[in-house]
Amino acid sequence: MDEEQRAPRLALRDISKRFQSVVANDHISFSVAPGQVHALLGENGAGKSTLVKIIYGVLQADEGQILWDGRPVTIDSPHQARGQGIGMVFQHFSLFEAMTVLENIALGIDNAPDLKELADRIVTVSRKYGLPLDPSREIHTLSVGERQRVEIVRCLLQNPKLLIMDEPTSVLTPQEVERLFVTLRQLSDEGCSILYISHKLQEIKDLCHHATVLRGGRVVGECDPAVETARGMAQLMIGSELKQLVRRAGSVSAEPRLIVENLTVPSTLAFGIDLKGISFEVGAGEIFGIAGVAGNGQNELTQALAGETTLHRPSTIRLDGKAIGHLGAEQRRMHGLCSVPEERSGHASVPEMSLAANTLLTARNRLGLARQGFIQPTEAQDYAQRVIDEFAVKAAGPSANAATLSGGNLQKFIVGREVLQSPEVLIIAQPTWGVDAGAAATIHQALFKLAQNGTAIVVVSQDLDELLVVTDRLAVINLGTLSPSIATAEASVEQIGLLMGGLHGMEGEAADRGSSKHVG
Amino acid sequence: MIAESIVNISAAVISASTPLLFVAAGELVVERSGVLNLGVEGMMLMGAVAGFAVTLTTGSPILGIVAAAAAGAVMALAFAVLTLTLMANQVATGLALTIFGIGLSALLGSGFVGQPVPALPKLHLAGLSELPVIGPVLFGQDALVYLSVILTGGVAWFLKRTRPGMMLRAIGESAASAHSLGLPVIRVRYLATLFGGAAAGLGGAFLSLSYTPMWMEGMTSGRGWIALALVVFGSWRPWRVLAGAYLFGGVTILQLHAQGAFHLPAQVFSMAPYLATIAVLTIISAGPWRGRFNAPADLGKPFRPSV
Repeated sequence: MDEEQRAPRLALRDISKRFQSVVANDHISFSVAPGQVHALLGENGAGKSTLVKIIYGVLQADEGQILWDGRPVTIDSPHQARGQGIGMVFQHFSLFEAMTVLENIALGIDNAPDLKELADRIVTVSRKYGLPLDPSREIHTLSVGERQRVEIVRCLLQNPKLLIMDEPTSVLTPQEVERLFVTLRQLSDEGCSILYISHKLQEIKDLCHHATVLRGGRVVGECDPAVETARGMAQLMIGSELKQLVRRAGSVSAEPRLIVENLTVPSTLAFGIDLKGISFEVGAGEIFGIAGVAGNGQNELTQALAGETTLHRPSTIRLDGKAIGHLGAEQRRMHGLCSVPEERSGHASVPEMSLAANTLLTARNRLGLARQGFIQPTEAQDYAQRVIDEFAVKAAGPSANAATLSGGNLQKFIVGREVLQSPEVLIIAQPTWGVDAGAAATIHQALFKLAQNGTAIVVVSQDLDELLVVTDRLAVINLGTLSPSIATAEASVEQIGLLMGGLHGMEGEAADRGSSKHVG
Repeated sequence: MIAESIVNISAAVISASTPLLFVAAGELVVERSGVLNLGVEGMMLMGAVAGFAVTLTTGSPILGIVAAAAAGAVMALAFAVLTLTLMANQVATGLALTIFGIGLSALLGSGFVGQPVPALPKLHLAGLSELPVIGPVLFGQDALVYLSVILTGGVAWFLKRTRPGMMLRAIGESAASAHSLGLPVIRVRYLATLFGGAAAGLGGAFLSLSYTPMWMEGMTSGRGWIALALVVFGSWRPWRVLAGAYLFGGVTILQLHAQGAFHLPAQVFSMAPYLATIAVLTIISAGPWRGRFNAPADLGKPFRPSV
C-alpha cells in the first residue's frame, strides 16, 4: 500500500481516439490516486464512454499511453483489464436476462471457481458490502437496483484496484443511491480507486475527491468538487453560461382537462406489471409528474394513456369531458391527445426513414399531411423543417434519416413534432433521458410554453430532479399503483424517495432483510 | 403377434425420429448461440450424399459417416463466413444454402442413384437386446441411433453444466453484453454453426445409410424444416427437442399404418407430419405464453463487434 501511494493507480497520457471524422478523445491526460474517488464529468458525447472503454480494453486508443501503478501497460481486452485489477459497472447493464445471478457472475470472471464455491463467495462478498443477492435467481426477476448489485458484486469478487462506474445512479431511488455510496466509500477506504462517471453534480459533490471535466473530447478542467460549486462545474461541462429556465407566470386552472379514473390493466407481457386502479386529474396548463423506479408500470401506463392499449370502459379516460378510453392512439390524437413514448428510436420514430416521413407517424391526420390516403410530401417536408427550425435540431434537413441524428437531437425533433401540433393533452415519457443539458433545457422550455397555452401535460420520468424542476404536482408509481399526488413545491426528495421504494421506508427495509435472509 | 407389431412399430418410430433428432439437436446449439441457420435441409442433403458416396466407394460406413459430418460442416462454414464475417442476412443466406444444397447434392449424387449400399449393422448390446419387447426396440438399433441420443444428452450437459456452454447461451442472449465482458462472440458462433452443420450432415447420413440405404434426389423431403420447427417446439431445450423428435417420428410412422386402414388417398396421410408441425407451431406462438417462450433474445440478429 505504501509503495503504491507513490505512483498513481492509473495515469492517462495524451489518449486520443478517432471514429472516422469524429475525434472522440483528444489528448486526454489525468491520473487517479489509490483509494481516490475520481469523477469524470461531462455531457453526453463529451467522450466519457469512449475513454472508459479504452481503459477497460473494449476499445484501443489511437495514440497515448496508459500507466498502471506507474508502469506503462497496453490493455487489449476486458480480459486483460480484469487481469490488472480493473472492474467496470456498465451504464446499460451487461447482464443476461434468462440466466441466473450465479451464471452471470461466473461469465464475467476469469478463472471462475466451480459454481458451488462461487455461490458461497457471492454471498460472503455481498454481505460484507451490504449488497444482498440470491445467486440462484434469474436476472429478469430482479429490480434495477438489484441488477446493479450483481454487476458490482461481480467486480468485487475479483478484488479490483480500480472500479469504473458509468452513470451508476440514473436508475436508482434516492435511498438506493445512499446505500450505493456507503459501499463505494467503504471500497475507497480499503484502497480501491473509483472512476465515477456522471453528470449529476450533487452526487459528485457528495462522493468524489477529485473531478476531471470533459467537453468535446478534451479535458477542460480539473477541480475539487467539495470546493467548487455545482454551477461552476456545470458551466465547465457545458462551456457556456447556463440558461435559466423561465417558469411560466400563468396559474393552473381548476378545471381538469384530463381525468383518469380507476385505470386497471392486466399486463400482457410475461414480465410486465399490472396497472391497479390508477386515478388522477390534470388541469389546463398543469404539468403533472409521475415518478418511480423503472419497471414499475410506467411503460404500461404510458401505453394505456396514449391509446396503444385500449380500454373496455370508455369513461376511464376523459378528455375535456369526452370519454376516450376505448379509442386507439390515432383516434385519441384526433381528439387532441398526443404522446411521446420513452423509446425514441424504433417506437417514436423509424430510424431508417427521413424526418419528413417521421412526421407522418403522428401528424398525418391532425395536420392533414395525407389526404385521401395520399401523402402530401411537400407539406410533410415543410412541417419537418418547421420542427427543425423551432427546436434547433441539428440535422442535415427534412430528408435526413432519423438514424443520423444524435439522441438529443432526435428527442428534440420528436418532442417538437408533438408540441407544434398544439395538443390539448400531452403524455411524455422520459423527456430528457440521455439527452445533454442544452437539449434538455430546450425541451423543458417547450413544455412550459405549451402548458402556458393551456395544454395539460403528463410527464413520466425516472429523473427526480427533472420532475422537481418541471412539474406542478407529482405522484409516484410503484408496482402498478399510483400514490396520491403532492404539490411539487411542497414535496421533499426524501418523501418521494420513500414512495418510490414502496410507500413506507419500513417496508423497503423489511424487503431487504427478507432477501438477505434468503441469501443466507 | 401384437407384441411383435408393437416392437416393429416402435423400432420404426425410433428410426424415423433419429434424423430429426440429429438435425434438431445441432440446430438447437446454433440457435442458442444466436444464429438462425435455415440451411439445414441443404446441409442434410449434402451429408446424405457424401455419406452414401464415401461408404459406397470405400466400403467403410465409418468413413462415410465422418464424410457426412464433414460435408455438413463445410456447408455450415460457407453460411458462417457469409453471415458472421460478411454480415449477410441470416434468413436469406440460410434459404440460399438450402437451395444450393438441394442442387449440389443432386449433381454430386447423379451417378449413385439406384445403387445399393449395405445398411448400417445393428449393434446388439450384450444381453440387453434379448429382453422382451424393449430389448429389440431400445438395444437392437444401429450405432447412429445411439449416437443421436448421446449427442442430445451431450448438448444438454454442455449447455447446462460447462463454462463454454454458459458462454454460448450468454452470446445468444445478448451478443453486445457478451462482447463487453470479453467473450469471443464471433468465434463461438462459428463453432456452434459448424457443429450444427456436422449434426445436420449426420442426420442426412442416417437417411441414406440406415433409414433407406440408398441415394435419391431430395431424399430428406422436408425433414430439415421439420427439425427447425422442432427446435421451437422444444423451446430450445434439448430433452424437449428429443421428445418432439420422437413425437414427430411417431406421426410419420403412424400415418404409414393408417394408410392401410382407411380408404383415403395416401397423400392425405403423408401430409400428417407437416400439418402437425404447422398446428404445433401455431399453438405455441398463439398461446398466452406468446412473446417469450425461451427463445434466445438475440436469435438471428447480426453482431458487429466494433464500438
